[in-house]
Amino acid sequence: MVNPQMVMYEEEFNQIQAVVDRLVRDANAKVVFIVDKNGQLIAAAGDIDNIDTTSLASLTAGNIAATGGMAKLLKENEFATQFHEGEKANIHIQLVGNRVILVVIFDSRSSLGLVRLRVKKATEELNHIFESLLKKVAEPGADSPFAEITDEDIDNLFND
Amino acid sequence: MACTFPMSFINYMAREINCKLVYYGPGLCGKTTNLQYIYERTSPDAKGKMISLATETERTLFFDFLPLALGEIRGFKTRFHLYTVPGQVFYDASRKLILKGVDGVIFVADSQIERTEANIESVENLRTNLAEQGYDLDKLPYVMQYNKRDLPNVASLDELRQLLNPTSQPEFEAVARTGVGVFDTLKATAKLVLTELRKGST
Repeated sequence: MVNPQMVMYEEEFNQIQAVVDRLVRDANAKVVFIVDKNGQLIAAAGDIDNIDTTSLASLTAGNIAATGGMAKLLKENEFATQFHEGEKANIHIQLVGNRVILVVIFDSRSSLGLVRLRVKKATEELNHIFESLLKKVAEPGADSPFAEITDEDIDNLFND
Repeated sequence: MACTFPMSFINYMAREINCKLVYYGPGLCGKTTNLQYIYERTSPDAKGKMISLATETERTLFFDFLPLALGEIRGFKTRFHLYTVPGQVFYDASRKLILKGVDGVIFVADSQIERTEANIESVENLRTNLAEQGYDLDKLPYVMQYNKRDLPNVASLDELRQLLNPTSQPEFEAVARTGVGVFDTLKATAKLVLTELRKGST
């Protein structure tokens, strides 16, 4: 089954952002971000001015997709957690509710143990938020700003 | 059952709409070249970094990725994420992964006569891989590009059309290396995706 369209509203966005902000502090992380499995960045916090979050989001999704492909071949459901250790930076990648990906980048000021602990709690919170978001999206009558766009609107995008 | 939901991501908070376009086609047909040309000809404020996961011989190993900002519609920034798949036959597992969440597909055909069979195989592979993900190629925004029209040994347009585009999807002749047809193809696909979004929301 294909996942339905991803929509983000202000209420849930603020809740997600609060979880991500807190995780940066609690885990002593440099950067925390959330990506959907298609590679779209949902939220980010920490020292994000110095990194290319769009590229990281796309590569993270590619990474999770590849790992998921390997899991399937081994008749595993998913490999929900990945950890990459570098000389200075480390990346912890956690699949949340098989729908979005929580990424924590940290250095020697933190530790894998602390990150894992904090990620576990954040994952539970995020699961709740995304569940309620999905229910909201599935409700009929959710209005879209695209219902009223005209051919002219679309053409105007390309008048450069 | 085929699912026709648009997969785009609408962010009301950031007032953004994100769509995913995938360039598909046989090995060496010019998918990466399309992206490179778009990257070179787009102003810095409208594009992100282009990422190529390629082998040492510059064959695409997993994907190329290029984020583009097209402008605003009704106060929403429209962003398109362009991806290519690896064209070589044995990378099929990777190709399937990249089709996840696709909003529109561009098929880049290699017009050279000797690549006819590879083109046909690749279109069939596209249809099969989409079906595995629950998509129906006939219901997805889909544009055909006949690339390498400048080469001497190309098949006629009629022939290509008959073999690769029997349902008469929008089609363009191209020379991706010099940019001919590249933006026309992209614009046509983006338009189809946005039109589909409108349909999906009514």
